[in-house]
Amino acid sequence: MAETDIKSRKDLLDVESLSIGEIEYLLKTAGPFKELFRRSVKKVPTLRGKTVLTLFYEPSTRTRTSFEVAANRLSADVTNFAVSTSAVVKGESILDTIETLQAMRTDYIVIRHAASGVPALIAKHTKASVLNAGDGYHAHPTQALLDAFTVREVFPQTEKKKILIVGDILHSRVARSTSTIMRKLGMDVSVLGPGSLVPKGRPDYMNAFWNWEDALAWKPDVVYLLRVQMERQEQQFFPSLAEYHRVYGLTSERFKQVEGEGIYLMHPGPVNRGVEIVDEAMTYERCLINQQVENGIATRMAALYWLKPGEDD
Amino acid sequence: MGSERTLLSGEGITEKVNELAAQIRKNCGNEVPAFVGVYTRGVTLAKRVKQALQDEWPEIALGTLDVSLYRDDLDALESAPKLESSDIPFGVDGTRVILFDEVMYTGRTTRAALDVLMDYGRPSRVELAVLVDRGNRELPLQPDYVGLKVDTEAGDYVAVRFAEDDDREGVFLNYG
Repeated sequence: MAETDIKSRKDLLDVESLSIGEIEYLLKTAGPFKELFRRSVKKVPTLRGKTVLTLFYEPSTRTRTSFEVAANRLSADVTNFAVSTSAVVKGESILDTIETLQAMRTDYIVIRHAASGVPALIAKHTKASVLNAGDGYHAHPTQALLDAFTVREVFPQTEKKKILIVGDILHSRVARSTSTIMRKLGMDVSVLGPGSLVPKGRPDYMNAFWNWEDALAWKPDVVYLLRVQMERQEQQFFPSLAEYHRVYGLTSERFKQVEGEGIYLMHPGPVNRGVEIVDEAMTYERCLINQQVENGIATRMAALYWLKPGEDD
Repeated sequence: MGSERTLLSGEGITEKVNELAAQIRKNCGNEVPAFVGVYTRGVTLAKRVKQALQDEWPEIALGTLDVSLYRDDLDALESAPKLESSDIPFGVDGTRVILFDEVMYTGRTTRAALDVLMDYGRPSRVELAVLVDRGNRELPLQPDYVGLKVDTEAGDYVAVRFAEDDDREGVFLNYG
């Protein structure tokens, strides 16, 4: 049986540290996993007897469910560590929590945390494989992988294809991770957003546009709309949601142009209809949002399959 | 690496493929089976036997299986095996299926292949065809159709090489 040159790793913490070979391996591996969904038995015995723990310090029903479905389809036992009701609210430190989880002999930990770097810290202190499901403004590697897989489905050759990322670039780990992976796959990446939400210190390859007209004149192949993070708007970066929609949202008028030019639409979900995206765009045939959800399960299965927990003492 | 002995030449393989085709034809009577090849070279073997039966049974359906996700030794591997697409383009329920693998050895691959197949449905019957049976079974499974039976030691390596997958054609025994 042919073995691959791509060695397993213990953790998946960010996109930056993934080599192009590792990315290609994960994208290729996700394909056969997606095909399983068409079988009557959607489950394979690969991780039988292994335990996957989801540890979400920030709520995210979608990402957590996607990981849970992925782990279930690999026959792992999945447990959710309910953070808000746990000792964490009683003041237990993260490392104490990890000690507890280590004693439970968990094989994989899926973690989301509001502070950047927490998954890496945990990875250092546990033998379990750690999958970063989003940390602060830092990284969301499985989102990047599912986005890349989705783009590859419509453009098998990603080289020189153009993606425009729209919205709050500054506070978005999705923007960071997804732009990084698209760049690694040879795509041209541009961003569009309010001046207050586009980082000044962005990488050289990343063009910034300040209005839709200029951005669409760049002829993107994919427009990637970010979610307006209502819960993170304690600080005012733009005057109002209606104002955001008018200036930076995909309005009816802009959608007509997108549709006319056959540009693909993506969004990490959940969608704020009428804010970043107009209702009718949701049923557009080149809107890939539902595909992204399905692909999320397949790529997370590929990630779980690839990672290998550390050895017991 | 020890010495190498050629067990079958390219012509030898063709002869064995034709024998397998004849045995299958005889055994199945009027019931046209479906073929399923186990990646990588079991797929090539299945294609060749199908080709040999082209005139009589042009309608044989051909599927492929990757057993990686069903292996029992994943924990012992350094890296996760590369996955291929399992593709069963016919309804498995009630179908007579013949599995193809190039070499039968411990029987563990066959066990995994049976498990994959059962997750697609309930075949009326499953049989196994192999080009080479090299013995040393670790599970109670036996092939129904065998091209060549050869005695080997556990440390030996039997290499089936097909022009479609490799740079040469033949069956070789490398002594451990």
